[in-house]
Amino acid sequence: MDFNDSSEEAAFRAEARAWLEKTLGPPASRQTARSEGDGIPASKAYQAKKAAAGYVGLTWRKEVGGRELPPIFQVIFSQEEQKFQAPVAPFGIGLGMCIPTVIAFHSADKIKRYVGPALRGEEIWCQLFSEPSAGSDVAGLKTKAVRDGDDWIVNGQKVWTSGAHYCDYGILLVRTNPEKEKHKGLTMFVVNMKAPGVEVRPIHQMSGGSNFNEVYFTDVRISDSERLGEIGNGWNVALVTLMNERLAVGGSAGPEYAEILELARNTPSPSGKGSLLQDQAFREKLAGWYVSAEGYTLGKYRTMTALSKGQTPGPENSIGKLLNANRMQDLANSAIEAEDHFGIISDPDIAALQGAFHNAYMWAPGLRIAGGTDEILRNIIAERVLGLPQDVRVDKGVAYKDLPTGR
Amino acid sequence: MNFDFSDDQKMLRDQARKFLDEKSSRQVVRGVLNDDAVSFDKALWKGVAEQGWLGVSIPEELGGLGLGRLELCVLAEEIGRAVAPIPFSSTLYFFTEALLTSGSPAQQAKVLPGVVAGDVIGAFAVSEGPGAPSPSSIEAQFDGSKLTGVKIPVTDGDIATHAVVLAREGQGLSLVLVDLRQAAIKRETLKTLDPTRGHAKLTFDKANAERLGKAGEGWDLAEAVLDRAAILIAFEQIGGSQSCLEMSIDYAKNRYAFSRQIGSYQAIKHKLADMYVGIELARSNAYYGAWALSTQSAQMPIAAAAARVAASDAYYFAAKENIQAHGGMGYTWEVDCHLFYRRAKLLAVQCGGPGTWKEKLVRRLELKNAA
Repeated sequence: MDFNDSSEEAAFRAEARAWLEKTLGPPASRQTARSEGDGIPASKAYQAKKAAAGYVGLTWRKEVGGRELPPIFQVIFSQEEQKFQAPVAPFGIGLGMCIPTVIAFHSADKIKRYVGPALRGEEIWCQLFSEPSAGSDVAGLKTKAVRDGDDWIVNGQKVWTSGAHYCDYGILLVRTNPEKEKHKGLTMFVVNMKAPGVEVRPIHQMSGGSNFNEVYFTDVRISDSERLGEIGNGWNVALVTLMNERLAVGGSAGPEYAEILELARNTPSPSGKGSLLQDQAFREKLAGWYVSAEGYTLGKYRTMTALSKGQTPGPENSIGKLLNANRMQDLANSAIEAEDHFGIISDPDIAALQGAFHNAYMWAPGLRIAGGTDEILRNIIAERVLGLPQDVRVDKGVAYKDLPTGR
Repeated sequence: MNFDFSDDQKMLRDQARKFLDEKSSRQVVRGVLNDDAVSFDKALWKGVAEQGWLGVSIPEELGGLGLGRLELCVLAEEIGRAVAPIPFSSTLYFFTEALLTSGSPAQQAKVLPGVVAGDVIGAFAVSEGPGAPSPSSIEAQFDGSKLTGVKIPVTDGDIATHAVVLAREGQGLSLVLVDLRQAAIKRETLKTLDPTRGHAKLTFDKANAERLGKAGEGWDLAEAVLDRAAILIAFEQIGGSQSCLEMSIDYAKNRYAFSRQIGSYQAIKHKLADMYVGIELARSNAYYGAWALSTQSAQMPIAAAAARVAASDAYYFAAKENIQAHGGMGYTWEVDCHLFYRRAKLLAVQCGGPGTWKEKLVRRLELKNAA
């Protein structure tokens, strides 16, 4: 066991670090929350430089503009990039999920058309799968596409689309045949987000922020030449998209044990004797958060080790978000309660850590749902890691149009 | 980055698993469980010695294999997985580690070759009564050559040939080495939650003993031994937890209720997924502990505490929910769930309970954060 890079990895890390320092200045301290959309021009400028320097598509095939490096190099670059707060968030979904799907399923000329501009940050992509009545059960989606000559006409609504308001293209999963079983009547397309009939409306989250959108499609025309994969094979295309979900390299986005430890040091204990940090019940919780946060980080090192040996990490990575989202909620809740009545104040000018605990408290419920709910993640672990049988399916062998849909 | 065991270490694990599947079958474990007069399986202990396992962490010049602590971690996981009824942890994680960290070359030469051969069974005696011991609570007395006092409970104290004991010497505390085969020591076997391992109350009445390490440094030396043992025991706990998970998966696939496999119900799936998450969290923390132990890292005290906290939680959860997943069958003597439920509790308190270790972890984090 050792935590060091191989010599080749170390050289790459040093080279990446030097480039990042030259491009972005010295490494930045802990990131404060900010809306992704604010810095689109800055993000695009950074991505262009990154592409020119050859740090994009590291693991991709050379003929689509990649470097064919093993996945560990992507992890190393992302780790370094994170230390510099590189403004890469707008590209995560496009380059991590959409473009790999385009590469896997689109025609040669379309791959040429889309991949370069995406790698250079000239065009940003989003993913349009979830719908108001199709969340965990995304294959139950309603948005339909009807054939019209060489085109398809799309009507319906998508939801929880990150970045839709600044995106140029999206990959869109729609129902093309309601007579078939729900998984078999779906087809995937590339959609131009600026096309007539596409309307983006920000979602007003319970936190007050707006990181996601609703996207409405009204008689939107898509050429059949923008189809990804065969008609009716959309579900399998979508599985490829989800498999490509990028290797997240970050920790949780909120305060961790070190921050709450400092808060407790300066907060009186409920017993009135000493600080909260001397309170035994609090100390036990602190130990639990440390073990969870460290276990998560160390688990990543195990994943990196597997990557380093050329293995592909599997669904066992579902653990990360499950742990992080729940710890974030629990830790934030405890921090607020720790301050007693004063804890209700979220004003960044008054609250501890400029209100970071309050932000985490309001963000955590979303994190427990986004990208697979706690419950779906547990199902994935149980079925795909532990090999337990699937639940009984009442929709098997039933045409989509005959399925009960509730409200 | 290589945060995993080596291929050689994995090969050792495969060999160990094969050996224990055969020699430490559940029947063997039950042989010790069902017989009040027996506290360990002698044939298994002999077999383990023949495999060379008792010398894994002991230097070659003392008759050992001189491998390392990572190899010992690998074996610990397999011992835990098999709920092996042998004094492996007492002898290697506590007694041998105490000798290696605090003993003089002469003291090491006197007992460690016997450990390798399986002739010396070691115990580590700190507890004297309810609650976590503290520097002021220890009452056993050492006067420079004789030991007097009571230690209760001492894991494997009924079968051990030697013990390392924490005792008061003058103003401070010292670790002392005692040969238990003398008339000045009374041993009383204790009934415990886990009869697959021996336990005793040891009463010392001016027993011959010799100091291990410097006078007055006993508490710190004992703490260092406990840190090492915590990491090694964490691997036993992970092995046991993994057995529980595998039993539950197997049962959930084969048991039908309402005409379907119970493993197809989310209530069961989520329970087992949570077991898995707990085990993986413990495993990551334990690997870090193993790394710290094998490299003598300054991070070891924190890594040890985190490994212990995570592994104790994971094993308790896996052991109790394994019974629950098995339903009424799980509550019977014949089904093996209780072997793990018993061992989980022994391992959770043997080296200091979860509350004690959470406290240690936070105290160490406070110091680190303040630094």
